Amino acid sequence: MKYFASRVASLVPTVLLASAGIFLLMRVLPGDVAKMMLIGPEGTGTPRPEDIAALRAQLGLDRPLAIQYLDWLLGIVRLDVGNSLVTRQPVFTELFRALPVTLELGLMATLTSLVISIPLGVVAAVKRGTWMDYAARIFSLAGLSVPTFWVGMLMILVLVQFFHWTAPLGYAELLDDPVKNMQQLIWPIMALGYAQAGLVSRLVRSSLLEVLREDYVRTARSKGLKESDVIVRHALRNSMLPVITVIGLGLANIVGGTVIVETVFSLPGVGRLMVDSINKRDYPVVQTATFIFALVFALANLSVDLLYAVLDPRLRLR
Amino acid sequence: MAVGAASAQVWFAPPQPGRLQRIVRVARRNPLGAAAFVILLLMTLMSVFAPIVTGGVDPYAISTSGRLQPPGPGHILGTDDLGRDVFTRIVYGGRISLWVGFISVGISQGIGATLGIVGAYKGGWADFAIQRVVDALFAFPTIILALAIVAVIGRGLIPVTVAVGIVSTPRVARIARAATMSVIAQPYLEATTCMGATSVRVILRHILPNIMAPLLVIGTAGFGGAILAEASLSFLGLGTPPPQPSWGTMLSGNAQLYARSAPYLAIFPGIAISLGVFGFNLLGDALRDIFDPRLRGS
Repeated sequence: MKYFASRVASLVPTVLLASAGIFLLMRVLPGDVAKMMLIGPEGTGTPRPEDIAALRAQLGLDRPLAIQYLDWLLGIVRLDVGNSLVTRQPVFTELFRALPVTLELGLMATLTSLVISIPLGVVAAVKRGTWMDYAARIFSLAGLSVPTFWVGMLMILVLVQFFHWTAPLGYAELLDDPVKNMQQLIWPIMALGYAQAGLVSRLVRSSLLEVLREDYVRTARSKGLKESDVIVRHALRNSMLPVITVIGLGLANIVGGTVIVETVFSLPGVGRLMVDSINKRDYPVVQTATFIFALVFALANLSVDLLYAVLDPRLRLR
Repeated sequence: MAVGAASAQVWFAPPQPGRLQRIVRVARRNPLGAAAFVILLLMTLMSVFAPIVTGGVDPYAISTSGRLQPPGPGHILGTDDLGRDVFTRIVYGGRISLWVGFISVGISQGIGATLGIVGAYKGGWADFAIQRVVDALFAFPTIILALAIVAVIGRGLIPVTVAVGIVSTPRVARIARAATMSVIAQPYLEATTCMGATSVRVILRHILPNIMAPLLVIGTAGFGGAILAEASLSFLGLGTPPPQPSWGTMLSGNAQLYARSAPYLAIFPGIAISLGVFGFNLLGDALRDIFDPRLRGS
């Protein structure tokens, strides 16, 4: 219980540091946000100093940094950090509209990656040194090397060119129309899941190889257990702990990958919202979307850590 | 007698293998690593000698009469919507990828290794403060942080390179710190300190050379990651701007527009990115095997 409490408590400084980092990045580095906004994305605008001053006052940029930061932080707690500079809608309304798409994409891609990577890693470890091992290793390394956006582009190309298939227009939410939702999300999920599968299957393989050398595996074999029972019940179960860690680390790829995949497949998620907002210099949205990504990532990592402790009692006793 | 034994040793000693034989032996022991080395060597040579490899074709030369020509004898990988030769642009694009890789890995290794070593060596508040900064950077998924940095400092080749370098820094810092910790625990380091060596000397002469192996491994993998990150940011329209022939930029915009009529525009730059990243990932694996034999084949 103490471990759980301390791990949950450690989330607070991390999230606070991350929020301060984003805030400073957005406030200090660009020089004058108001000036950049008035100049515009093409750099064609020639703002007058009084216009810059007026916009600074409107955005609250003329106040001390610490006050601005606290104000933004309180805004996050109250779910009100002001409006988008482009759509004039509340930033959180836009984010909450986009968040379910990204969460669904991320969760389903993680599941898909496990369905691909665990059998692949097991085959590679059990058939070590054979052509199956080499094929599995090259397949998983390719998953790490091939850009997700290119996998997505090729998927669209093949589906359109050879199967005359296009995704249904207008995003359908999972609960409203599950069939249409899956038709739209299945390929992005596969593209994202494959990249993650590369990372996980490599670790399943090396972790399983390590465990297969253990004495208790030899004992299980000498008891006369079937090889499949030895692998699944004795070896695989014990090799899963480091795999869970790598799933946690790989969440960064999944969360980051959603930005790319949403853009390729034109899905209205937080990633695409962020890219669009960067293009339109909508800083309030970029700042809060970045924070939401960091928060989702931190929470996902926390869940992985807690799951790790549930599975490995030694951690809880430390 | 002793002379006789020595001469017998010389007589029966197997001939020392030549340099070429040694290279062949290492390549046989690690075929995937050797394949990676060949891929990367070819990529580097093609980029460095781009004007010769492409026969002096200008990667920016527009030809309205030669738009969207499929791969053929005149243009082995076809031409794009502005009539530019795709092969030439891919070869010159390799220069951009290598440049981003070298500079960003340089940034991440320079800053990351310094932070990691100083934190581990000094300990106390310095270590605490450095670790919190590293933690804060780790709180962001890589591409998200790179996007946020690009959003702030603007798009272009240099901002992207800097962004990719910064986002890779925390990983290097963490590995450098862990490696330094294990070196500090060694008795020879204590002996050096007792003999009055300065901190700078200890770090440069005793710690740095002993943590080069993990740094080299993560640097190699980081190179692949940098190519991928640059391509992804350029694909999103936030990286290397057109008309520069970056592989990611070649895949964004018009490549998608003409995907049905000219699918090769979407295929060849993607193969180039994948081969480059694949090569660096394989090389990273091979180096890890060489430096840490316990992990060999795992």
